[in-house]
Amino acid sequence: MLSKLRTRLRSAGKKLLLSRNSNQRKHVRSAHFTYFPSERPNTIGETQKLNMYQAINHALTLALENDPRSVIFGEDVAFGGVFRCTMDLKKRFGANRVFNTPLCEQGIAGFGIGLANVGISAIAEIQFADYIFPAFDQLVNEAAKVRYRSGGTFDCGKLTVRAPCGAVGHGGLYHSQSPEAYFAHTPGLKIVVPRGAMHAKGLLLSCIDEPDPCIIFEPKILYRTAVDEVPLAHYKIEIGKAEVVRKGNTVTLVGWGTQVHVLLEVADLVQEKLNVSCEVIDLISILPWDAELVCKSARKTGRVIIAHEAPMTNGFGAEIAATVQAECFLYLEAPVQRVTGWDCPFPHIFEQFYLPDKWRCFAAVRDILKY
Amino acid sequence: MIPSCIRNVAAQSSRRNMASFFFSKKSNYATEASFETKPYRLHKLNHGPSTQVTVTRDDAIELFKKLHTIRRIETAAGNLYKEKIIRGFCHLYSGQEACAVGMKAAMRPQDAVITAYRAHGWTYLMGIEPFGVFAELTGRQGGNAKGKGGSMHMYAKNFYGGNGIVGAQVPLGVGIAFAQKYINNGGVCLALYGDGAANQGQVFEVYNMAKLWDVPCIFVCENNGYGMGTSVERAAASTDYYTRGDYVPGIWIDGMDVLAVREATKFAIEHCTSGKGPIIMETMTYRYSGHSMSDPGTSYRTREEVQEVRQTRDPLTSFKERILNANLVTADEIKTIEGEIRKSVDDAVKAAKNDKEIPLSELTADIYTTCLENEIRNTTPFNPLSHARLGPAVNA
Ligand SMILES: Cc1ncc(C[n+]2csc(CCOP(=O)(O)OP(=O)(O)O)c2C)c(N)n1
Ligand SMILES: [Mg+2]
Repeated sequence: MLSKLRTRLRSAGKKLLLSRNSNQRKHVRSAHFTYFPSERPNTIGETQKLNMYQAINHALTLALENDPRSVIFGEDVAFGGVFRCTMDLKKRFGANRVFNTPLCEQGIAGFGIGLANVGISAIAEIQFADYIFPAFDQLVNEAAKVRYRSGGTFDCGKLTVRAPCGAVGHGGLYHSQSPEAYFAHTPGLKIVVPRGAMHAKGLLLSCIDEPDPCIIFEPKILYRTAVDEVPLAHYKIEIGKAEVVRKGNTVTLVGWGTQVHVLLEVADLVQEKLNVSCEVIDLISILPWDAELVCKSARKTGRVIIAHEAPMTNGFGAEIAATVQAECFLYLEAPVQRVTGWDCPFPHIFEQFYLPDKWRCFAAVRDILKY
Repeated sequence: MIPSCIRNVAAQSSRRNMASFFFSKKSNYATEASFETKPYRLHKLNHGPSTQVTVTRDDAIELFKKLHTIRRIETAAGNLYKEKIIRGFCHLYSGQEACAVGMKAAMRPQDAVITAYRAHGWTYLMGIEPFGVFAELTGRQGGNAKGKGGSMHMYAKNFYGGNGIVGAQVPLGVGIAFAQKYINNGGVCLALYGDGAANQGQVFEVYNMAKLWDVPCIFVCENNGYGMGTSVERAAASTDYYTRGDYVPGIWIDGMDVLAVREATKFAIEHCTSGKGPIIMETMTYRYSGHSMSDPGTSYRTREEVQEVRQTRDPLTSFKERILNANLVTADEIKTIEGEIRKSVDDAVKAAKNDKEIPLSELTADIYTTCLENEIRNTTPFNPLSHARLGPAVNA
């Protein structure tokens, strides 16, 4: 049955891509997206080709260099961490500034909040976003509320939490989740998701400087696959601002992280097969999110599709859809659509069917155009 | 227990263990032998398990079979992973076999167990044939969790998994143990966790709950020296895990000696069921492979270290030598057993590779008992999927 479905998927693909038969197998079997490198930013000096973990390593190096009162900690980070993001930092900055914690996420988060309360830049790594839940209480009840409840006497703006998230091909139930929406329900936190190396560095440096506690969810499949020309200097990407990655007129496609690359491919496919242009927006920042830019695009195209890996119900797409219909009601040609993971636990063997891949997004575009 | 005159035969044993034999009249086999374990270390206990342990020929063969089967299962799983037939996360138990086999040998039918993600061996011990383990690993229909859990999530009667979140299984174990006390079935629950997991806050929360209510829970810290790449010294202010329950008594055990683990588990069960509440066992052990398949396991420890453990402390080799030297089995018998196990594990691997894939309809199965909305929310160009219940659950 599974193989039957694969055949079905493949033939569905064939119908859509009549001319490129030989590539079908590859599309179904390999990673569910093709990486679109970010454009080289022309404002900022010298650049270097780096993948995402190297870019993060760069950002962390700069943070430790620039601020002697900054520390990095987490499970196995002294050895570089499971994804190599903190490689060689201990060697360079010493074991007092880059250190392994025991295996205790609640403790890691609380400890970081304490450091941040005193004014130390605390950069914590939670090994996988799936393991952030023991720390949920500390982040939601302590980090997010310190400033408010102390009448501004204390804050924990110096806290940055990094956590690898998202599908990776075979992660199964506990190495694949995208928990951004849980945190987006918490006033006081800031949440960002980079779509590649260039953004990861800029966003991480913003998070570290940001005077509010930040969580950066790093799509783990991008650590090696996402290679950009990354500026060597210190630079920041503004939290709260989305980006139009592809200009278009007819349908607005909104995503973040890995999904942006899926949507870019969808935009190409739609252009090729349906002769319609899509505008692709990388939301970049989940909390706060750039409603202005999304609504501007929605008013122009009249059609909005939001795609994310997390399940549909209460996924962050729901928030966007609600805002778009409230702000742009009279401009809409069709109801806002969502293409998401299923409302089920992240599956062990059905990942390719679970994900909002390009075929499902393409189908949503086709439907929204026909509405 | 064993007359000292018979004990003298121990001189024949080449190991430093004392062994004593009862010869059966008909054959040259010894029908029983006893050995000396490494001393236990005790915390808040006046006396501990006996350091002199006796094993019958039948039990010895049984224990050896189990140890060897788990080793073969793990080797085969490692190979399937390298062939990319098993995907995702896969953690092997090789090196730690004596812990599970020893505990299981002491468990009674009403006792329960819960562990973390090194669960293949336990699944087999709790009654699942190797095929069920492999089919789960390969994500096929015959899998022990219907192919839905994969390596970390396997279950059986009285075996509550199979858990991926480090430390999360320990409070569950205390709940299971409390339930046993409540329904008064005389059972205990063994709640297993690693040296890394021992640092999770929730473990300490339930030490307290378990002692407060004298819950029949045996906390078992399998100390294999590392939590991923971090050695115990780097992660724990006290590496005496058997003392870390403070007011909960504890025993340190050589976890490479299946008989010592069995003896200590018997003692722990006795302790729990006599109304004294929880107890901690720390089994000192070692894992040969990397943490998971993506870790070569050599960047934070030396190859020599692994080699040395293999040569001097291997739970299979040492037990085999003991029972051979004690004349409980012959080398030929061992050979036959090893051959049979190899074949049955190989057959199970083949069967699992050829087992049916899972239908897509099961993507949305078993999320709820009955789903509130019949169709599971999502958008798809293909069939919408409805919620289904496959059950029945083991605890139904
Ligand atoms: C809450 C949580 N944090 C982190 C992880 C990632 N992780 C998986 S296993 C592991 C190490 C556990 O070590 P230990 O408890 O000693 O068990 P062992 O692997 O040695 O059997 C870590 C950090 C996880 N699965 N869950
Ligand atoms: Mg360990």
